[in-house]
Amino acid sequence: MSHEATADAHHDDHTPKGFRRWMFSTNHKDIGTLYLIFAIAAGLVGGGMSILMRMELQSPGLQFFTDPHLFNVMITGHGLVMVFFMVMPALIGGFGNWFLPIMIGAPDMAFPRMNNVSFWLMPPALLLLVSSIFIGDGVGTGWTAYAPLSTTGTDSLSMTLAIFSLHLAGTSSILGAINFITTILNMRAPGMTLHKMPLFVWSVLVTAFLLLLAMPVFAGALTMLLTDSNFGTSFFSAEGGGDPVLYQHLFWFFGHPEVYILILPGFGIVSEIISTFSKKPIFGYLGMAYAMVAIGVVGFVVWAHHMYTVGMTLDSQIYFTAATLVIAVPTGIKIFSWIATMWGGSLTFKTPMLFALGMIVLFTMGGVTGVVLANGGVDQTMHDTYYVVAHFHYTMSMGAMFSIFAGFYYWFGKMSGYQYNETLGKLHFWIVFIGVNLIFLPQHFLGLAGMPRRIVDYPDAYAGWNELSSYGAYLSFFGAILFIFIIVQAFIVKKKVGNNQWGEGATTLEWTLTSPPPFHQFNELPHIK
Amino acid sequence: MSLDDQNRRNKRVKWALAGFAVGMIALSFGIVPLYKIFCQVTGYGGTTQQAIAMPDQVFDREVQIRFNSDVAEDLPWTFRPSQKEVRLNVGESGLAFYRAVNHSDKSVTGMAIYNVTPLKAGQYFTKVDCFCFTEQVLEAGQEVDMPVTFFIDPEFMDDPDMEDVQTITLSYTFYNQSDEDEAEISALITND
Repeated sequence: MSHEATADAHHDDHTPKGFRRWMFSTNHKDIGTLYLIFAIAAGLVGGGMSILMRMELQSPGLQFFTDPHLFNVMITGHGLVMVFFMVMPALIGGFGNWFLPIMIGAPDMAFPRMNNVSFWLMPPALLLLVSSIFIGDGVGTGWTAYAPLSTTGTDSLSMTLAIFSLHLAGTSSILGAINFITTILNMRAPGMTLHKMPLFVWSVLVTAFLLLLAMPVFAGALTMLLTDSNFGTSFFSAEGGGDPVLYQHLFWFFGHPEVYILILPGFGIVSEIISTFSKKPIFGYLGMAYAMVAIGVVGFVVWAHHMYTVGMTLDSQIYFTAATLVIAVPTGIKIFSWIATMWGGSLTFKTPMLFALGMIVLFTMGGVTGVVLANGGVDQTMHDTYYVVAHFHYTMSMGAMFSIFAGFYYWFGKMSGYQYNETLGKLHFWIVFIGVNLIFLPQHFLGLAGMPRRIVDYPDAYAGWNELSSYGAYLSFFGAILFIFIIVQAFIVKKKVGNNQWGEGATTLEWTLTSPPPFHQFNELPHIK
Repeated sequence: MSLDDQNRRNKRVKWALAGFAVGMIALSFGIVPLYKIFCQVTGYGGTTQQAIAMPDQVFDREVQIRFNSDVAEDLPWTFRPSQKEVRLNVGESGLAFYRAVNHSDKSVTGMAIYNVTPLKAGQYFTKVDCFCFTEQVLEAGQEVDMPVTFFIDPEFMDDPDMEDVQTITLSYTFYNQSDEDEAEISALITND
C-alpha cells in the first residue's frame, strides 16, 4: 500500500469557513469531528449523571435524591445518553466517518449530504432526551423502557419526548448505516478487495448491517409504546389482549445486536492498534474479519437471554443458553488473535497501545462474567443484580470506552496534526484503568451478595463495597477531566506530527496522507497492490 | 468509471438498503399478530387452550387446580373464587365458580384476562366454557356467580415436561371495559 497522496489543487476545492463549514458540512472529516465533539459533550453529561448516582449510593439512606423517582430518571438518562449519544456517535459517527473513507481509498462518503443529515439529527435528539427530564416528571423506566411501566407507570409526556428522541437517533443511525454500507460496497479504491480492507472497515461494515436490521425493530417497538400510551392501542397492555412480554422480545431483538453495535467498531480499532504497535500484520486476518461477521449473525438469535425470568419454557432457556455460549467462540478467536499478533512482535507501549491492551484485558473479564450470566439456571438468581451491572460495564464502559480512548490517541495526531502529551496520556490511562476497576470490580461482589440494581437505597450490609465503588467513580471522572485537559493542551502547544507518527507498523492508507489530511483527499485514487 | 455511473450504483444500493430498513419496520409490526397466534398454538406464557367437547378418556393422575383472582384498579368490583381448589384427574371435567360484585351505582362492563402457572402447563389446560370468553356486564350492585368448565388434556400424560406438575393455578384479572364517554352519555340518557 504505497501511495503518495497529493493535496487537492482542483478548481472547485473551496474550503468553506465558519458556520457554513460546520452547519452545512458534507465533508466526512468535518462531520467526523462534529460527531467526536458531540460524543465528548454527551459523555460528560452521561458521566455526570453516573457521578450523581454514585454520590447517592456512596452510603446507605437517601442523600441527594430525596425523591427516588429522580434517581430512576438518572438511571434512564445515563443509559440512553451513553449508548445512543456517546459510544455510537464516537465509534461509528466519529471514527467511522473520519477514517472509513480514507482507509478504503475513497474521496468521501457515498452520500455526503445524507451524512450531514445523520449528524444534525443527533443534537435535537439529545435535546429532546434532556428535555424529557425537565418537562413532566422524567422517564423512570431505565433505558429498556419496559411496558407496562413505560405505558402506564411513568409520566406520559416525558416518555413521549424520550421516544421521539430515540426515533431521531434511530433514524440518524439507519441513514448512517446505509451510507457506510454503500461507501464500502461501491467506493473502494482499485485493488482494495473486501479481503484487503482494514479490520476497522470490516467492523464498521458488520456494525452497519446490524444497525440496519435492528434499529427499525426498535423504532417499531417504540412506536407501539407511543400509540399504547397515547392513542389507546393495546400492543402491550393485557386488558386489551396484548402482552407486555412481547415488548421485551421486540426490545431485546434490537437490544442484543445493539450491544454488539457498541463493541464491534472497538474491536476494529483495537485490531489496528495492536497491529501497529506490534509492527506486525494482524494474526489470522480472515478469521478476525469473519469472527465479527459470526458475532453479528449469532447476535440476532440470542436475545431472550436477557429475559430468562419472564417464564420461558425450559426448552427455550436451553436453546438461548447454548446459542449465547456459542458467541464466546468467535470472541475467543479475536482475543487469541490479538495475543498472537503481539507474540514475537516488536512492542511499543504508547498511550493508544495501553488503552488497547486495557480493553482486551477488561473486555475479557466482562466476557467471562457474560459466560456465567448466559446460563439460564444461574441467571435466575443473578438477574437484575449488580453482578449484571458489573458485567456489562466491563464490556461497555471498559471495552467500548477504552477502545474509544485508544482510537482517539491513535488518530489524534492524524486528525488534528498535533501531538498529544505522551506522559499525560499514559497518566490518563492509569487513572482511568484504576478508576473503572475500582468502580466495577466491587459491584461483582455486591451482585453476588444479592444487591438489586436500579434502586436508590440499600441495606447497610452493602455499604463497604458501595463506598469503594463511588471513590472509583470520582477517580474516573477526574480522568475524564484530565482527558479534556490533554486535548486542550495539545491545541495550545501545537507540536506538529509528521504523516506517520507510529512508524512502519502503521500501514493503513490514512498514514500516507498529511496530518491533518487535506480537505479533499485521493483526488487521484490510490492503487492497492 | 464515470461519476454518473458511480452515483447510479450508489443509489441502487441505497434504495435496496432503505428497503431492508422499511421491511424490518414492517416485520416488527407483523410479528404482533404472529406472536399472538404463536402463544395460542403453543400455550406460550401460560395461554390456555379452548375446546368444544370433553375428552372421552380419564387417567388416574390427580392434579390440584388452584384459583387466583385480581381486579384492575379502576374497576369497582370485588371478584373472588368461590372455592380455593379443585382436585381432578387428567381428562376429567372440572367446574369452578367465581363470584363478582359490582359496588358502584352504575352498570360496568369488565373483561377477564387469564393464564395459568406453571406457564408450560398452558398448552394442556383446556377450557370448554368460561365467563372470560366474553365481556361481562354487571348492573349497579349486582352479584353474579361466574362459571368456568375445564379439563386437562390427556396429552398431558405423554409430555415428560409435565411430570413435575402437581398443581396448576388458574389466574384471572378483570379489567374495566366501560368506555368513559359512553358511560357518561348513557348516564345522561337515563337521567332524562
